[in-house]
Amino acid sequence: MKSRLRFTLQLGFTLLVCLFMIVPVAMSVMAGLTENYFVGLQSGLTLRWVNEVWQLYADTIWLSIKLALACLLITTLIGVPAAYGLLRSRRRWANAIEELLLLPVAVPGLATALALLLVYGSYREFRGSWLFILIGHVLFTLPFMVRAVLSVMQTAKLPQLEEAAASLGASFRQRFFGVVIPNCMSGILAGALMVVTLSIGEFNITWMLHTPLTKTLPVGLADSYASMRLEVGSAYTLIFLVMVVPLLVAIQWAGRLTEQRH
Amino acid sequence: MTAASKQPSGAASFVNSRQIMVGPARRKSLIAMFTLLPALVIFCAFWLLPFSRLIMMGAEADPSSGISAYLTILTHRQYLISLATTVGLSLVVSLVAVAIAGIAGFFLARQRFFGKSILVAILTFPLAFPGVVVGFLVIMLGGRQGALAQTSLWLFGERWMFAYSLAGLFIGYLYFSIPRVITTVMAACDNLDQSLEEAARSLGANTWQVTKDVIVPGIAPALLSTGAICFATSMGAFGTAFTLGTRLSILPLNIYGEFTNYANFAMAAALSVVLGVITWMALSLARRLAGGNLGASV
Repeated sequence: MKSRLRFTLQLGFTLLVCLFMIVPVAMSVMAGLTENYFVGLQSGLTLRWVNEVWQLYADTIWLSIKLALACLLITTLIGVPAAYGLLRSRRRWANAIEELLLLPVAVPGLATALALLLVYGSYREFRGSWLFILIGHVLFTLPFMVRAVLSVMQTAKLPQLEEAAASLGASFRQRFFGVVIPNCMSGILAGALMVVTLSIGEFNITWMLHTPLTKTLPVGLADSYASMRLEVGSAYTLIFLVMVVPLLVAIQWAGRLTEQRH
Repeated sequence: MTAASKQPSGAASFVNSRQIMVGPARRKSLIAMFTLLPALVIFCAFWLLPFSRLIMMGAEADPSSGISAYLTILTHRQYLISLATTVGLSLVVSLVAVAIAGIAGFFLARQRFFGKSILVAILTFPLAFPGVVVGFLVIMLGGRQGALAQTSLWLFGERWMFAYSLAGLFIGYLYFSIPRVITTVMAACDNLDQSLEEAARSLGANTWQVTKDVIVPGIAPALLSTGAICFATSMGAFGTAFTLGTRLSILPLNIYGEFTNYANFAMAAALSVVLGVITWMALSLARRLAGGNLGASV
């Protein structure tokens, strides 16, 4: 009897927390789809606001996708070898280097952006291009790729596999592409999903580095919250959610995949 | 793999590793260096060098006070108050988030019931929301046209709102902290040895005693570590504060204001270095407590 009551109380509490998390999201989705939010649902459902957002902000969405993919390419190209290097380095060195690479995550994005502006802000052409923002995103997402790949490498018994390949005469290049990469694919996948999700949602660094010609999705969001009507901001948020929620589901799925393998 | 088939390969690797050690041990460390090089070059060129410049920039004289910007922060009320507000707000948010999400996370980790996975999904998916979106969600709740304002207008004929004040920041920070804590607490509870609880119960401990003496101490490192992460995230949360109103005096908004409104680069640099040191220390503490495997939750 008593435990029944306790269960009910705890369930009620948890449901309240869930309400706190979901109510504002639901309200925002509703606002993005109703004709007039202040009149309510009886004013009718519409895609008008989504359409308006698309007309106003489509280029921010494309830029964000372009940035996320470029960021993914770079973090994979430098992050996977770096994870391998960490695996092969002495413990002390590996820890120190990982600690260093983590600094852009540990320090607020605002500080990283200011530092970049201070040193590279005067190179006009670089400053005005999307590559400037890409640098910030790469710094911020690289540790997540390295972590994801390294943790799979550590459990995949790579040293034994590599030694086996080496004893059969495989060169370093053959071992890296034939043994190392295939065995940490699940880590690369998990890291890749993380990198893309973080890059699409990154605001703190991007806000300082963007120019009127290089606005990303979150920058556009901030812009619309400040200057557009509530319905437009909501519709824009809805588009963002539609882009990000599948990625999140995929991240959890990839996490379960790596857990099962080991 | 059977024991018999394991044996020869183990022996082979033993012989092989000895051969490798004698010959190209240096080559091995060369390969490690070579594979780490691109990441380190990018890190040094675009983070380490710029950040060192930022640290030096902060030592330059602040135009209004004439002394080094770091000293100005320590000697001027306005900056000290904003520092204290930011630290205080982040501490309170972390404590409340750990308390709320600790209870909910423990409940979800230990009970099985219909629809549980939906609740877990609802509680964890806001992890990927950027600060700006969280700020907007707070406006949906407590803004000029938010849920609270509409309800109070209907009930009492006046608009109540909290979004554009410290209370709004508190709600927003709580919003992005809760999912972080819940995922950590659920993982920690899964790792907790259930037989300890059963043993305590069989010795006559009631639920409160079990919670106080077994469960909380058992997941204490995880609670502290996730609390430290919430603290660091709240300290540096710029997007949420930026959406809710730029007039509040907290560190990230001060940095932004000094940089864009007053073009006071020394002060902006000094404030961001101070903020960076605080968040970095909090996160190192978190990583130490979690025994280095914080991969999923950062």
